[in-house]
Amino acid sequence: MANIISDETMEYVGILAKLELSEEEKKQAESDMGRMLDYIDKLNELDTTGVEPMSHVFPVNNVFREDVVVNGDDRENILKNAPGVKEGAFKVPKTVE
Amino acid sequence: MAKQYETVIGLEVHVELATKTKIFCGCSTEFGGAPNTHTCPVCTGMPGSLPVLNKQVVEYAIAVGLATNCTITQYCKFDRKNYFYPDNPQNYQISQLYLPICRNGGVEIDTPAGKKIIGIHEIHMEEDAGKLVHDEWEDCSLVDFNRSGVPLIEIVSEPDMRSAEEVIAYLDKLRLIIQYLGASDCKLNEGSMRADVNLSVREVGATEFGTRTEMKNLNSFKAIARAIEGERARQIELLEEGKQVVQETRRWDDNKEYSYAMRSKEDAQDYRYFPDPDLVPIVISDEWIERIRKAQPELRTEKLERYKKEFDIPDYDAEILTSSKVLADLFEATTELCHKPKKVSNWLMVETLRLVKENDMEVEDIDFSPENLAKLIELAESGAINSSVAKEVFEKIFKEDIDPDKYVEEKGLKSVNDEGALRATIEKVIADNPQSVEDYHNGKEKAIGFLVGQTMKAMQGKANPGMVNKILKELL
Amino acid sequence: MSLMSLTAVELGKKIKAKEVTVKEAVQAAIAQIEASEDELNCYVTVDKEGALKRAEEVQKLIDDGTLTSPLAGVPVAIKDNMCTKDLLTTCSSKILGNFVPTYTAQAVINLEEAGAVILGKTNMDEFAMGSTTETSAYGETKNPWNTNHVPGGSSGGSCAAVAAEECSYALGSDTGGSIRQPSSFCGVTGIKPTYGTVSRYGLIAYGSSLDQIGPVAKDVTDCATILEAIAGYDSKDSTSVKREDYDFTSALVDDVKGLKIGVPKAYFGDGLDKEVKDAVLAAAKVLEEKGAIVEEFDLGLVDYAIPAYYVIAAAEASSNLSRFDGVKYGYRTKDYEGLHNMYKKSRSEGFGPEVKRRIMLGSFVLSSGYYDAYYLKALRTKALIKKEFDKAFEKYDVILGPAAPTTAPKLGDSLSDPIKMYLGDIYTISVNLAGLPGISVPCGVDSKGLPIGLQLIGDCFKEKNIIRAAYAYEQTRTYEGPGKNK
Repeated sequence: MANIISDETMEYVGILAKLELSEEEKKQAESDMGRMLDYIDKLNELDTTGVEPMSHVFPVNNVFREDVVVNGDDRENILKNAPGVKEGAFKVPKTVE
Repeated sequence: MAKQYETVIGLEVHVELATKTKIFCGCSTEFGGAPNTHTCPVCTGMPGSLPVLNKQVVEYAIAVGLATNCTITQYCKFDRKNYFYPDNPQNYQISQLYLPICRNGGVEIDTPAGKKIIGIHEIHMEEDAGKLVHDEWEDCSLVDFNRSGVPLIEIVSEPDMRSAEEVIAYLDKLRLIIQYLGASDCKLNEGSMRADVNLSVREVGATEFGTRTEMKNLNSFKAIARAIEGERARQIELLEEGKQVVQETRRWDDNKEYSYAMRSKEDAQDYRYFPDPDLVPIVISDEWIERIRKAQPELRTEKLERYKKEFDIPDYDAEILTSSKVLADLFEATTELCHKPKKVSNWLMVETLRLVKENDMEVEDIDFSPENLAKLIELAESGAINSSVAKEVFEKIFKEDIDPDKYVEEKGLKSVNDEGALRATIEKVIADNPQSVEDYHNGKEKAIGFLVGQTMKAMQGKANPGMVNKILKELL
Repeated sequence: MSLMSLTAVELGKKIKAKEVTVKEAVQAAIAQIEASEDELNCYVTVDKEGALKRAEEVQKLIDDGTLTSPLAGVPVAIKDNMCTKDLLTTCSSKILGNFVPTYTAQAVINLEEAGAVILGKTNMDEFAMGSTTETSAYGETKNPWNTNHVPGGSSGGSCAAVAAEECSYALGSDTGGSIRQPSSFCGVTGIKPTYGTVSRYGLIAYGSSLDQIGPVAKDVTDCATILEAIAGYDSKDSTSVKREDYDFTSALVDDVKGLKIGVPKAYFGDGLDKEVKDAVLAAAKVLEEKGAIVEEFDLGLVDYAIPAYYVIAAAEASSNLSRFDGVKYGYRTKDYEGLHNMYKKSRSEGFGPEVKRRIMLGSFVLSSGYYDAYYLKALRTKALIKKEFDKAFEKYDVILGPAAPTTAPKLGDSLSDPIKMYLGDIYTISVNLAGLPGISVPCGVDSKGLPIGLQLIGDCFKEKNIIRAAYAYEQTRTYEGPGKNK
C-alpha cells in the first residue's frame, strides 16, 4: 500500500468532518482510506497538463433571481423538526466559554 | 536606544448589501423581526434545498468594484467554505475564493502627509451567517437565521495602512462610496458594515512583514482605533520580550480594551474550499459593466463640484453636506421643495448636526423628511413663526418628523402679525417700564433690547421680532 | 390477472376508461405490499392511509376532467431521498430517522400534478452511497428474483418494488449508476436523464454535480411517460436546463433503421461475466437485425472514471452532508459535553460506516495541500472523459454495453471490500461524469435465474435516441417478472 494514513491524519480529518471513530473503526478507516487513495492515484497516469478542471458539464451560466420578496413567515415549519427549540430559535449547546 | 516600530494594517470589510431579499432565496432582509420569521428551507440549510443567486447582489458588487477602481472578473464563481458552527446552517458558507468578482482596485485617502492610495486586493460576494444569542438562564445558545443568507460583499484591502487614522480615513472613504451607490447603508452599530483588522508590527526600515493577527468584533470607529492601539502595543511588548507573535484570530473586547485569542482545538482553519456545484458561473459582459457604469449615481467628488457651482453655499458647507449620503440627499430633496439652498444648508449644518451630536447618533440615523424641513423653512422665512419658535419646532421634526404646519397651528405658535394687537402690547410695555424708556432716550441703545424682550414675553414668544422693533422705535 | 402486473400506462388507461377505480388500484398495490414486504423490505415507509385518502381526491379530479395525464391515479413509490411534505424522509439513515419535510421535491410535485398517488418511500443505500441497498439503516432490501441476492443500489428499494409489483412504477435517483444498476439486477427498466433535465430541488444531495432523478418501471413506454411528467425547467434549481424537447414519448417508435450504435471494446474486457457479455452482445445483434448500424469502437479512459468519480462524489458529499449536525433537524445524540462533542457524537452515531468512509475521504481530498492533487485532478479527468464521449457521439447515436459486469451478487458479498463494490459501477459512472442520459433495459436471465440489463447511452439531451433503441429492442421480447421465475 503506497498511501499510509497515520493516526494524526485520521484525527485531523475527524476534526474537519466532525466524526469520532472508535479505535477499531479508526484502524479500519485508515486502511480503507489508504487503499482508496492508492486506487485514486491511478489518475496520476493521465497527463492532464493544460486541461481546465470541469465543474459543470454544460456551459450554463447567469442563472439569477429577481430581487423580489416571495417568502413570508414560515417559522413554524422551519422549527418543526428541530431537536431543541426555545423562544422561536434553535437551541444548541453554549457556543462561548 | 529603544527600537522604533511601524504598524502594518490591512482590513477585511464586510458590507451588507441593500437588497430587498437574501442572496440565494426570496426571504426578506429586513432588520429585526422575531427570531426565524424571515427564513425558508434555503437559508436554514434544509435537506434538498438549493440556492438561486439574486441578480441585484452581482450588480451592487460590480458597482462597488467600479467605484473603487477594481477590475471586474468577467467569469466568476461561488465556492463553498466548509466549517461547522451553529450560525452557519449548511455548515458551509457560500463565498468566493478562487474567482472573486472584483480585483486589483484602490481608493485614495487624505493623510496628514498628503494623499495616499490604499490598495484593494479583492471584493467577493458571500452570504451572512445567522445570529447566536447566549441564553442567560439556561446553559445554551439560541440560533436565529433571519440574517442567514443576507448578501455581503467582503472588501479585502492590501496591507497599506500604517495607523489608526489611516484606517478610519479608509473606512470613511469606503462608507461614503458605498452609501453614494446606494449599495448599503453601512451602519457600523447595526452591523451592516463590519471590519476585521489584520495587523502586524515591524521595525522601521524592515522590508519583511511581521507575523499578523486578525481582530474581529469591532463595532465602531472608536473601537477600531482602540483595538489597533491595543494590538500594536501587545505585539511590540511580545517582540521586546523576545517572544513571537502567533498568527491567530483574536476577539476584541471593547469594554476591557483587550483582545483574546479565539483558537480552539476544534478549529482546524482548513476550509476545504471548492466550487459550489449547486450554482453556475457568472459571466459578466462588457455591455453589462458599461450599463452599470452609466447608471452609476453621482459620486462624492462630482457632487461636491456640482454643489459649489450650482448652489450659493459656502465651500465648507458643500464639503460637510457631501460627506454623507444621508445629508446630501436631505439637502437636495429639501432644496428642491423650497428653493432656498442656503437656508437648507444652515438648518442641516447647524441645528441638525448639533442634535446628532447631542443625542450621540450617527448622521446615518437621521430620518426626518425633507417635506417637513421645507415647510419649516417656509414658515420661518415668511415670518409666520419667529426664529426661536422655529428652532423649537425643528427639534420636534428631528425627533418625531412632525408636520410643522399642523404643529404650529395646534400649539398656536404663529407669530402675531396683527399690528393693532402688537401696538397695544408695546404701549403697555412702554408704560410699565419708564426707566428703560428713559435710558433709551439717554442714548442707551441696549435698553431697546430689554423692551423687545418684555414684549416677546408678554406675547408668549409669538411676536414677529422685526415688527416689534419697528413699532417700538416708532412709539419711542 | 392482478392490476399490479399491468404497466403504469396500461393501468392509467383502465382508470381513465372507468374499468378500474383509483382506490382499487391503490388497494391492489397495498395488498401486494402486505403480501411480500416482510420478505423483501422494499419500503422504509408505507403511507397506506395517505394513499387511500389521496386516491379519492384523484378519482374526483379524473371524473371531473381536471386530470388527464396517462399516470393519473396510478400508484407510485418514491425513493426515500426525495422530500415529501408531511411524510417521513430518511435517506435510509438514522440521522434523518425522524425527519418529516415541510416541502416536497419538485419532481414529486410534478408527478402529483399528473395525478400520481404516492404509496410510500423506498429503501436505498444510506444517502445513496452504495450499490446493494445493504447500507440502509433500516435493513437490506432483497432481490425479488432471489431473496438471497441484493437488488442492487442505491435505488434498490424502488427497483425491487417495481419488480415485485409493490407499486406500478417508482422514482429513483442516479449519481453513479443508482437507477441503471439496480434496474438491471431486478429486471426492470430505468432511465438516468441528462443532467439538468429533472429538477433536483428537494432531492437530498449526495454528489450535486452528478445526481439526477429518473423513472423506474416495467417497460420503456412507462419510463418515457414518467420522464415526460417529471422533467421540466425549475427556477429553484440553478443547474436545471431549459430544454427544447420534453416529448420523450414521441420516441416510442419501433424503428432503428440507420441508427448508429457504437459498442465500446473496453466495456467487454476482463471482469465482465460471460453470461452478461453474451446476453448484451445478443441484444446488439437484435438491434442490428432490425436495421441499426452496429460497430465496435475504442472508447478511451474507461478505467479512470471510477477514481475520478470517487474523488468528486466524496468531496461533494462531505460538504453536502455537513448540514446533518443535530441542530436544525434529525438525530441529536443524548449525552454530550459542549457543542463540538454534540456534533461529533450526533454524526458518528447517526451515519453508517459507508457514509462515514466517503465523508472522510471527501474531507481529506479537499483538505489543505491535497485539493490540487486530488480534486482538481479529478475535475480535469472528468473534462477528458467528457471529451471522449463527445468524440464517440460524433460517430454514433447510441453507445451500447452492459449496465453492470455481473448479475446481482449475494447478500453480504460486496460490503466487505469497498473497492470491489466500486468496480461494479464501471459501466455506469462515466455517464454521470459526462452528464449523459442512460437507460437500462432487461435483456435476459443468467443460469442462476437472475436478470441481466442492457445499457444504452445517449449524447446529452438525446434521450429520444436511447428511448427509441430501447423500445425497438423491447418489442422483440416479453416482460419477465420475477414471479415467472420462482
